[in-house]
Formats: sequence, structure tokens, C-alpha cells
Amino acid sequence: MNLDQALITFIAESRELLEDMEAALLRMEGQGEGDPETVNAVFRAAHTIKGSAGLFGLDAVVAFTHVFENVLDALRDGRLAFGGELAALFLECGDHLQGLILRVEAGELDAPPPPVEAELLKRLRAFLADEGSKKAETAPPKTQLPREKEASVRPLGGNGVQTDHWHISLRFSPDVLRHGMDPLSFIRYLGTLGQVLHVQTLSDALPALTEMDAESCYLGFEIAFASEASKAEIEGVFEFVRDSADIHILPPNSQIEEYIRLIHELPEDDLKLGEILVRCGTLTDSELTRALADQRAGEEAGAARPLGEILVESQSVQAPVVDAALDKQQQIKTQKQQETRFIRVDADRLGQLINLIGELVITNASAQLQAQRAGLSDLIEATSSMARLVEEVRDSALSLRMVQIGATFSKFQRVVRDVSRELGKDIELIITGGDTELDKTVVERIGDPLTHLVRNSMDHGIESAEVRRARGKPATGRVILNAYHDSGSIVIEISDDGGGLNRERILKKALERGLIEPGHNLSDREIYQLIFEPGFSTVDQVTNLSGRGVGMDVVRRNINELRGSIELDSEEGKGTTIRIRLPLTLAIIDGFLVGVGASSYVVPLDMVKECVELRGEDMAKSTKGYLNLRGEVLPLVRLRELFDTRETAGGPRRENVVVVGYGDMKAGLVVDALHGEYQTVIKPLGPLFSGARGIGGSTILGTGDVALILDVPLLVRVASSHEPALTA
Amino acid sequence: MLSVDTETKDGVTRLHLKGDLTIYSAAAFRETLLELLVPGLTLEMDLGGVNELDTAGAQLLLVAKRELAAREGQLKLHNHSPAVIEVLDLLNLAGHFGDPLLIEAH
Repeated sequence: MNLDQALITFIAESRELLEDMEAALLRMEGQGEGDPETVNAVFRAAHTIKGSAGLFGLDAVVAFTHVFENVLDALRDGRLAFGGELAALFLECGDHLQGLILRVEAGELDAPPPPVEAELLKRLRAFLADEGSKKAETAPPKTQLPREKEASVRPLGGNGVQTDHWHISLRFSPDVLRHGMDPLSFIRYLGTLGQVLHVQTLSDALPALTEMDAESCYLGFEIAFASEASKAEIEGVFEFVRDSADIHILPPNSQIEEYIRLIHELPEDDLKLGEILVRCGTLTDSELTRALADQRAGEEAGAARPLGEILVESQSVQAPVVDAALDKQQQIKTQKQQETRFIRVDADRLGQLINLIGELVITNASAQLQAQRAGLSDLIEATSSMARLVEEVRDSALSLRMVQIGATFSKFQRVVRDVSRELGKDIELIITGGDTELDKTVVERIGDPLTHLVRNSMDHGIESAEVRRARGKPATGRVILNAYHDSGSIVIEISDDGGGLNRERILKKALERGLIEPGHNLSDREIYQLIFEPGFSTVDQVTNLSGRGVGMDVVRRNINELRGSIELDSEEGKGTTIRIRLPLTLAIIDGFLVGVGASSYVVPLDMVKECVELRGEDMAKSTKGYLNLRGEVLPLVRLRELFDTRETAGGPRRENVVVVGYGDMKAGLVVDALHGEYQTVIKPLGPLFSGARGIGGSTILGTGDVALILDVPLLVRVASSHEPALTA
Repeated sequence: MLSVDTETKDGVTRLHLKGDLTIYSAAAFRETLLELLVPGLTLEMDLGGVNELDTAGAQLLLVAKRELAAREGQLKLHNHSPAVIEVLDLLNLAGHFGDPLLIEAH
């Protein structure tokens, strides 16, 4: 194992733990009390970070977390009462830890700690001192919070030995030092879980100096260890060396046979090992004598058991003991742990998998086509069932990259808390639709624009408490984050119940800036959209509008880079809703294949609402660019004209309209042929086509031909608004 | 890094160690020991300047002790630095080396 990799894992895990911790702290702060489970979660997060940091010798992290953990422990045991001050302090501690982890990442850990650390430590210690004096003065028996503890292992009775401590045997592989791990740090870390009663260092394997490799590890350790920790926790200490060490952990009061087996399996001389166990206090003299006698008896009887049997037994030994000790609460906890059990995978590998599946989809389409041409029904059947499987593989591969947006949303709890304090406003954040999934790469890049929008809503959207009361609104302002799926896109909404946008002011501003011509009749939506224009936002804005537009053009640019769009609804005095629409995924989509002349085009299937045939009487009207669809005016886009498509020789053609929708707008695309559903692998267009509007990408058909993927959002917008005609 | 100053006086070789006696310096320190070790040698190590001691360092001390004892010499450790004391304590090796340790009053 590479240390750098382990360190990266440590950093990533610590980040996640800190995020969880922050969420838990905010929950506690919100409730005004710490329920035992949440306090425990925070404590465990701090504890795990401290433990792992210890393994890497990150003393700065360990030292700070240790004090933090002490206070948490006092809280957990009910020795300290939870309060707002404590919550704020904990949050700051979390921030500081995050800062420390950042420094670990940047390799700057040796730099002197920032001044804030000393101050935080002082405040933490003040709480501990408080608690101490309180106990001395009054010492009222506070209600002890039920402390969730892993059940300790109970003895089975019978042939067990006397001792009530764990016995741990460690034999490290020679390479362990070269892998950057120091056995000493594991023993030190073990000390944080309980009391190391006795260590016996075994140096028998050390060769002569002349033959020794100074960078290999030759030492072994026998450790007597008293702890309430569970076997899993003790095993966790050695997590990082599991592959490069021979580790035996015997629970307290183990069966004597297990010690015999241990003695047997270890490389050193049996008798000597026995003595070591006695010295460790693990076995008594008489137990050793009995053990060795038993062992000899076994050998004389010729009962040399196969290794496999021994292994199976040693695995099963722990099972009944542990099972007996598991109570219901414990089971729930295990389940929770399983839920959060993840495998970390390099994003590049996933990307490669998805690329390969893309190729598979194309090749499969080609195979299907060949089968149809050959007219072999068996082959057609085989290829179509393969196509179904490929589709399933595609879906599950794509879903690997999908993450719930909830985690991103909950980060805003903190932003809202901090900003509302800064502004002196009382604002709550409501999150809905947190389980909506979208592509990881999209999630990562949406954070900054979202932060900007949320801050904006709080700063300029929500009025001060007095104004709110005067307007008859509840004093507590509201910011709502919502996400949902809508026709192949994900929609993220940021709403506030603040003052809304002032239409007239925006109009006036836009006229001043020369963004619009006087006399233009613009819809409200078009006016609000103006605040995303680059020229609109400048520092010298009218004061009560200021900031509402600052940086909005940057936000829009970020969203556009993700092939998304942004729009805004507002009602003066009631509030504002900003809607971000993003494509679900960026790789493979379900498409709808249509033909115009000799060319093929793909429309993302999720955006197709319906298909209608263009009949004679409609045909005449359709030349005007509109169609009467059940009493509704449907703007039409003629792909033939738009893309100046080459004609096929042949008689009169039949035309069809594909009705597509994006957001709440609809348009009809006039095409010749409807070919049906088609799995579409999105291939980017070359730089040569970067100026071509109306096209989102290309794909390869089973025949080897290229089909263009239509940029439906743009086409719909063009068809239903005054945007200038396309030049394709 | 580890720097080793050697001085020989009255048949006793003294090593003054300064720096980290760890995996990074272990190979070089082993070479130093190899050159020094002759039968009947009394080797004194001044560990006052050792900032860090790890498994690799500890096993070199163990080997040196054993080799010298086998060849009618002896290894004496003195002026243990806090880092050394911590490791000897942790591994329960103080008794094995048998050198007097200065324990700081708390």
C-alpha cells in the first residue's frame, strides 16, 4: 500500500466526516438540544479523525481533536449541558479541523498553528473546567445519557482462561516500514482505545548485523490489552496494515485451545511463546502447563489437523460469542454502517467504462442492423435480447455516477446560518427533493453558482424583520432549495419569500444601459431575464436593487457551460424563484431518431411529448410557422429549412411533427420520417462546428452514418420567442 | 537526518547521535555500526540528540546490543532523549537494554 494513497483516503474521509459532523451540529443547534444519537455521531466523527490522524503521525490534528473530543465526551456523558454557545464553538472547531486537513493536503502541517487554535482550545478547556468545578460544588446526579457502546464480548464459560484482557499478537511483514508505516504508531494508537498492559517485543527474527536489511521490519509484539472496545474496533486499529501483518486478536477469557493454536501458528518456539504469554499476564503458569500437555497429547494421538480446518474454526470461533452479545440496538447500528459502506473508485475508471459502453451500444446497433438485413430471425432475436442487456448495463453504469443532490443542499444549512447572523436577519432554509439524483460532475460544478444565488436571495431578497412585519409576513424569512426531474433535465429551484424584483427599476436600468430599445414590449419573464446580462450588473447600481444582479452573468455562464439554462420568476412583495435546468447526464441518452431527406437527427426522448402527422389542411397553415394543436398555438421549426437538408429523389413526402417541450415551452419540429427510439451515445462535435447553433452533438448510427443531436432547448426558445433566426 | 560523531577514549568508543534515528537513516547507521563493531568493543551511545526513534531505529539498537554481547563487548545507552524513552517504554525494552534511565519528575 502506498502511503500517499492512504493519506488521500484519510483526507477524503475526514472531509466527509466533517461534513456529517457539521450537519449533525446544525441539527442539534436547531433543536436546541443534543439527542444522544446525534451527540454520539459527532463524537465518533471526531474520534475517527483523531485515530486516523494518529496513524499518520499528524500530531497537530491529534492534539487539537483530543481536546475537542474531551468536551464532546463530557457532553455525551451528560456532564455538560448543551447550549447555543457550545454549538457555535463546536462549529468553529469543525471549521478549524477542516483547515488543518487542508494543510495536511497542502503538505504544510509543520507551519505554526493559526492563532484561532489557541483561542478555540482556551474556550474548549473553559467548558471542561466548568464541568469539573460544577461537579465538585453540587454534583447533582445528572440524567446519564444512554451511552451507545459496542457490546463487549462475553465469555462462553467452560474451558476459558482466567484473564480478562485481550491478547494481541503482531508479526509484521518485512516490507511494512518501506510502505511508510511504523508498527510503533499502531501500538500507540491502540493505547487510545484502552490500556496497553504489557508489551513483549520479540527480536528473535533479527538477523546478524551483516545480513540485516536496515529497512526491513523484523520485530514482533505480544500485547496484553485491557479495553471495553469491541473486536471490530480493535481490528480497526490495524486496518492499514492488515495486508502486511499477521495479526491475532484473542478476546478476554478465550478458550485455552485458542491460545494453543496461537502458540502453534506463530513462528517462534512454542515453549518460549508460552512463557511470553505468561509474562504478559495472559496465561497463568498452570494454564500454560495444561495447554502444552494438551498439545503434546494431541500430537501423540496423531491428530494433525489440516490447516483449512483450523482456519475455518478460528473464523467461526468469534461468531457465537459476538452473536450472543448483539442486542437489537446493535443490529440497527450495523445496518446503518452497511448503508454507508462505499467503495472508492477513480472517476477516470468510471469514465472509461462509460466510454466503452458507448462503443458497445454503437456496435450493438450495427449488429442488429446486419441481422435485420440478413433476415435471420434467430439472429434478430439474439441481437435484440442483447440490446436489452446492453441497455441495462448502460443504465447501471450511468447510475454509478449519479449522486443525490441532498448532500450538496445540506451544505447550505451552514451558509444560511452564517450569512443570516452576518446580516442580522432571521432566515431558515428549507430543503426539498434532496433525493433527486444527478451526475457527479454536474453536482461538483453547481456548488459555486448555487452559493452565489442563495447568498443573493438572503442578502437582497429577504427584507429586514421590521419591513417583513410591516408587510404582514412572518418575521422569519425563508429560503427554499428544491430539486426535481422534469423531461430529461433536473431542475434546481432557489426561492425566497422576500421582496421580489422591481420590474420598473430593471426596465429603467436596462434602457439606461442600452440593453433594450425603448418601445419594446417585453414580457415580465423577459425583463427579469435581463438581470443575467453582463452589462446589467455594475457596482454603481441603484441601492435597493444592488447586488441582485451582481455576478449574475457569471452564474449564467457557469450554468451554460453545463449545457443548462437559468430563468427567474418574481412577484413584487411576494418573492423570487430562480430555476436552474440542467441535463441529467452528459454521456449516453435515450434518443428519438427522425429523418429529414437523407439526413438523420436525434431528439432526446425525454423531451418528446408526442408525434402528429401533418395533414393537408394543416400543411398550408404550417408554412406560416404555426400549427393549431388541439386549440393551442404550436410554433413550428422546419428542420429541412433550418439545416438546408439535401433532398432524396422520390415522390411526394409525408411530413410529421414531433412535439417537443422544454420547461413550460413547446414547439413542433417538422420532419419527414419517424424512426423511433434509439440509444444515443453523445459524441462531441469538433471545434469546426462550435459555431453551429441548434446542434448539441453527434452520434454514430448502426449503419455507420452520423446523426446530429438537436439542441432542443435552443430550438424551442427560438421558435417561441423573438430570438434571431439561426444560422446553421 | 542523523549525524553521528565518533570519539574513542580509554578503549571506549562514544557515539553522539543527533537527529532522527528512523527508517530514513537506518541504512546509513547500519553501515556505521558495521564499521565499528569489533570483538570486545565497549560502545557508548549518547542518545540525547535523538529527536525521533522508530521501529527501524529500535531494531538497530537491539541488534547492536546482541552482537556486542555475543562478542564480549557491550553496548551502553545513556542520556536518553524523551523520544527514545517514549519508545523504550512503549515496547517495554528499557529492562532489556538495562541502562539507567533518567525519569523526569512530573
